Amino acid sequence: MLRIKNLDAGYGKLKVLRRISMHVSPGEIVTIIGANGAGKTTLLHAISGLLKNRSGEILFDKREIGSLPPEKIVFLGCSLVPEGRQVFAAMTVLENLLLGSYVQQKQNRDYKVQDQLQKMYELFPRLKERRQQLAGTLSGGEQQMLAIARALMAKPKLIMMDEPSMGLAPLIVKDIFSIVGRLREEGNTVLLIEQNAKAALGIADRGYVLETGRIILEENADELLLNRDVQRAYLGRDLDSETKM
Amino acid sequence: MNIDFFFQYLVAGITYGTIYAIVAIGFNIIYNTTGIINFAQGEFVMLGGMISVALHAFVPLPAAILAAVILTMMIGAIIEILFIRWLANPSVLRMIIITIGISILVRETALHIWGAGVRALPYFTGSEVSAISVGDVHVSPQVLWVIGISAVTVTGLNLFFGRTLPGRQMRACASNRNAARLCGINAKNMVTLSFVLSAGIGALAGCVVSPITYIQYDSGTPLAIKGFTVAILGGLGNSMAAVAAGLILGVLESFSIWIMPTAYKDVISISILLLILFVRPSGLFGNKEAAGLKEF
Repeated sequence: MLRIKNLDAGYGKLKVLRRISMHVSPGEIVTIIGANGAGKTTLLHAISGLLKNRSGEILFDKREIGSLPPEKIVFLGCSLVPEGRQVFAAMTVLENLLLGSYVQQKQNRDYKVQDQLQKMYELFPRLKERRQQLAGTLSGGEQQMLAIARALMAKPKLIMMDEPSMGLAPLIVKDIFSIVGRLREEGNTVLLIEQNAKAALGIADRGYVLETGRIILEENADELLLNRDVQRAYLGRDLDSETKM
Repeated sequence: MNIDFFFQYLVAGITYGTIYAIVAIGFNIIYNTTGIINFAQGEFVMLGGMISVALHAFVPLPAAILAAVILTMMIGAIIEILFIRWLANPSVLRMIIITIGISILVRETALHIWGAGVRALPYFTGSEVSAISVGDVHVSPQVLWVIGISAVTVTGLNLFFGRTLPGRQMRACASNRNAARLCGINAKNMVTLSFVLSAGIGALAGCVVSPITYIQYDSGTPLAIKGFTVAILGGLGNSMAAVAAGLILGVLESFSIWIMPTAYKDVISISILLLILFVRPSGLFGNKEAAGLKEF
């Protein structure tokens, strides 16, 4: 579904990503883990078109999208839930969701906004309760749910999420991840970027490890969870002290 | 102090106030989608007035006004496409210089086309001397036209931004440009649309006010200064606050004639502008935190 070959990207003269190659197949949850500043967000911005300064090949559904602006890429079925839940704060929850549905309304005659809204309300009952409230007044977790729902309103083939757990309480993080799991059951394809490596690898099929702009490891998620380097660097396990005991 | 005079001044103040408010809303629409102040906003008002007067020689009044508004909208679109659209992340200073340049360009073009003469549309109904009297207060019918059309415009804009898809998309762009683009919204087209809209309502204001104030090639600048004052007074970007602030400024100006010579009328608005910039830059109804984030 998504295939990237030798992607370089950066800001101005600063190169952040070097020769990234990766892919996401239909129906998969793929996660990219890495520390702060490894280039995770830059990678998603390059795919979604927000970052223009990129070279290499980005194929979505076998179509080169490396030169398209973000508003065109969304129309192809590739949606990004941006980092930090960028909801439209001064608009109501319902208006946020309706804006998300624009892509479908414009190109799909059979699309029923109400049906898709009901689906979202089923997935996120809190949003239904608060549909007339301004998005800026929601809690952090609710805003994250709204950001995900807004992207889902466009019925994307691939949904990319940038750190959905950032700044949220552990219980809410659990909620969010269980929803991501449910998305897969419904046949969605997810590319998930996370600092919370344990939770991300827990639900993902495959994972990539990104370090200072390079992919240093690609493995099935369960194998990555067992990988000693990954455990030491990203899962916060002190292996040396464990072996001594 | 005579109570009839009081009402007479009040009505005059409200009339000018609504016009200031409409010009200020024009500023706000563009400010909200782009973060820039369009210093050519007053020129849209002048163009609306001048074009409608020119067309009225050939077609009936409503057609002349409609055509003037549509033509000015097209000019707004052309200006945006020629001078603004292709700029990538221009600085605020650069945008100020560009829009001031546009305003000079439009003004000089108008001078070449129409000369320096003063023009006006006829009164929409009645004439200069006709008046609707309530007790001893006499109101020109044109005043009612100004207030009525302004009220319809503000209501229409509110419906547009609150209920329609393009209106919501413009608000989304104003709120978070990148997130809007990720919803498939073409942000550049929204900027063009904002120029078209504010050119249109500016032109409409120019048409309705011209029978009272008359209009000439350089009428735009003083109106723009008043409109800008009102936009700042209400809080940049807040259109409903602009209506309130417009009425406040209009009425203040009108009553200032009691205590000062008419020639000093403009001093009021400039003093208010400076005062508000010094004391409360976020405006009367503005949010201090939001103002802190603004580049202006």
